[in-house]
Amino acid sequence: MSGGPIEVVERDFGELALNMGPQHPSTHGVLRLILHLSGETVIKAIPVIGYLHRGVEKLSEHLAYDQLAPVYERDDYLAPTANSNAYVLAVERLGAIAVPRRAQWLRAFVSEWQRVSSHLVWLGTLGLDLGGALGGGTTLYMYCFREREKILDFLEELTGTRFHTNFNLVGGVRYDLDAAMVAKSNALAASVEAALPEFWAMSGGNPIFQERTRNVGVISKDLAMGVGITGPTLRASGINYDVRKAAPYDAYDELPFEVVTRTAGDAEARFQVRMEEIGVSLKLVRTIANGLPTGPIFTRKPLKNPKATKLPKGEVYAAVESPRGELGFHIVSDGSARPYRLKINAPSFKNLQIVPHILPGGLVADVVAILGSLDPVLGDVDR
Amino acid sequence: MSALFTGWIGAAVLSGIVIAGAMTCVAYMTWLERKFVARMQNRIGPYEVGYPHGWLQPMADVAKLLIKEDITPRAADKILFNLAPILVVVPALVGFAFLPLGRRLAIVDHPYSFLFFTAFASLSLLGIFAAGWSSNNKYALLSALRMVAMAASYEVPMILSLLVPALLTGSFRLTAVVEAQQGLWFIGYPVIGQVAFGIFLLCALAEGNKSPLDILEAESELVAAYNVEYSGIKFALFYAGEYAHTLAICGLGATVFLGGYLGPAFLPGFVWLLLKCVALFLFILWIRWSLMRMRIDQAVRIMWMFLLPASLVNLLLSAYWVVGR
Amino acid sequence: MPAPEIVATLETRFSATPFALGVEIPKDSLLTALRTLRDAHGYRYYVLGTGTEGETSFEVTHAVRNLESNDTLFVKVSVPKDAPEVDSIAFVYAGAEWQEREIWDLFGVTFKAHPDLRRILMPDDYPGHPLRKSFAMDTPWGYRKAEAQAPEAGS
Repeated sequence: MSGGPIEVVERDFGELALNMGPQHPSTHGVLRLILHLSGETVIKAIPVIGYLHRGVEKLSEHLAYDQLAPVYERDDYLAPTANSNAYVLAVERLGAIAVPRRAQWLRAFVSEWQRVSSHLVWLGTLGLDLGGALGGGTTLYMYCFREREKILDFLEELTGTRFHTNFNLVGGVRYDLDAAMVAKSNALAASVEAALPEFWAMSGGNPIFQERTRNVGVISKDLAMGVGITGPTLRASGINYDVRKAAPYDAYDELPFEVVTRTAGDAEARFQVRMEEIGVSLKLVRTIANGLPTGPIFTRKPLKNPKATKLPKGEVYAAVESPRGELGFHIVSDGSARPYRLKINAPSFKNLQIVPHILPGGLVADVVAILGSLDPVLGDVDR
Repeated sequence: MSALFTGWIGAAVLSGIVIAGAMTCVAYMTWLERKFVARMQNRIGPYEVGYPHGWLQPMADVAKLLIKEDITPRAADKILFNLAPILVVVPALVGFAFLPLGRRLAIVDHPYSFLFFTAFASLSLLGIFAAGWSSNNKYALLSALRMVAMAASYEVPMILSLLVPALLTGSFRLTAVVEAQQGLWFIGYPVIGQVAFGIFLLCALAEGNKSPLDILEAESELVAAYNVEYSGIKFALFYAGEYAHTLAICGLGATVFLGGYLGPAFLPGFVWLLLKCVALFLFILWIRWSLMRMRIDQAVRIMWMFLLPASLVNLLLSAYWVVGR
Repeated sequence: MPAPEIVATLETRFSATPFALGVEIPKDSLLTALRTLRDAHGYRYYVLGTGTEGETSFEVTHAVRNLESNDTLFVKVSVPKDAPEVDSIAFVYAGAEWQEREIWDLFGVTFKAHPDLRRILMPDDYPGHPLRKSFAMDTPWGYRKAEAQAPEAGS
């Protein structure tokens, strides 16, 4: 029953079948959307994915547990440590490997910085989508990326690379923070926080933006739960579920923070949830940096042979809250040094599934607004 | 002035002067835009080409576009496809001939020059429709659809608001309109001048496809829309035509609302006109590069529900003013 | 750790066997079990759907969650390799649609009554199911010739 290539059939006069992507400035990666339009109104939307499929799950069956953490950083490439964080959590849970407390706090620290960085990318690209490369959106994009450059420079100083920091190890982390870096982190948090009101004014406070996002792409609670969307998209529809509170990991059971929710379920609600999450994360990085417990960051025996770590037979599921939602790893182990089967529960894959449900009825201009508010990352969708 | 250059040769010479002058202005307007926008976005803009500050960048852009391959899609409507860039550029350039650069210094000083100017400005939109239709490309077709639904309808409030200066002057000759602003620029007239200028500015944004009303060539949705299939010299003509159109509209705005070539005598008249034109252009740029884009149904709704009634009422008020004067 | 009462209920009604993350139930009770979970026990949130290959069977696992009690339950069924077919739950949980397409794509398990079963991650005419252990990793898939993809008029 594997059908042939998708047939794009225009049913009758007045209906246009438009192919948006896979090369398109607004599809957030190589996503192909087949839109059936009647004039400007969308009648049907079919997403086609798989253009960035790299076979990560198959690759996982051929590498050892200690070797695999950096591989997953390439999935959701805007928040790389969230992926490896989820992976090492799953391995540690199955193997009952202890992680020192300081390492847990450091994992949360880098995760929150990457949440800020990922949300800045989301905001800048949302500006580009709504405002156009030749218009006001580019200005917002440049401002967001200027702040993000500072964050990436900080991460480079901490770990040596800007993005795929290779930070997490099974049983701890690789790099440590000293007092000078703590001071730098606090100063950076203050400067990003100072720039936030300007971003609000340019986007959420602008009537044109509000008109473009209000009542656009409304996701009801039932649809949200049935499809299984996660993250800010879910919380904007009124469901208060955040993995950091529901199934605490790393240091989150000791850290005070609030979960941002909205009830409207439209693009504006999703926008507001993410913008407020930036503020929450900036407060969190300060709390973490100022309250880091002392101790080692890695307590396992030195890994002479990284291919030797064997995990007991069984299954495990562990999830983290990435900027896009619940990112989980389901590992089936057969007792050897390699995973028998590893499944990545990708948040963008699930969030993208809602597209055929909420795009019809809107205009072409709403398509970009909705896609921008869902914030998919195709590396995460296709793995 | 047109009496000096008579006959076909004279007309050709004059046309050459207009085109050369206009195109140079257009080229350096692109440079000005890139520098201005770059400073807004905390960048530098063109810098290396023609070091420092990239003043040779427009020349480099033109040279690059000229040497690119000219591709015509196999199933495109050849005549319209080749005609469209010309339809976009020429009317904008023609408009420059009507602008008075000084007392008795308009290249064409016709009793109905104002009407001619606005008529030619509207012709450019036909070129956009021709491009969208003939490209045989669904993205371009959507853009042509939007043009008919939106940009053409924004013409109406623009004409109505431009009628206010003509009404206040009592003539359609552009030199007369400028002369009538000796005492007070038309933008200074309480309520009617400002409202007319405001509506004119909004419609100029729509005409020139500038954010928030650049729905026609929505970069992020339709990816350059009506000129998506064009390359090489034809694309250069579209690009230049867009700037020429904007510059012409700014020139018109400067002439009928901001006093044209009038100004203190320490600078010649055409320099004043240029300064006012550039000021208006920068203001439009500032709006363009700060605001997001509107959706087409919202833009059309604003036009019908707000701009059109406002411009009609404004016209009525100006008529009362003139009668009561 | 799934809630013990639910596990007990499923054990009695559907002869389920518990494991670390949830329960394993017979193939034919999948639809009824998930419908009961969704309607009677409040497991309305769909988490993930995955497949694993065993010696003689495929295992299809669906994970559902009760947001009020914050309980995640994994429901596993075993599908024989010579007849890899199981009911689709796409009409019970909308999110299962793409997850089942992925299991079909990567393992070759068909889902009865699935609204749109076609490949999702691999190209449409790809031969084989990559995540099977028998899939040779060095199988070359030739570069498709250009005439098969001639550009057509329009976009």
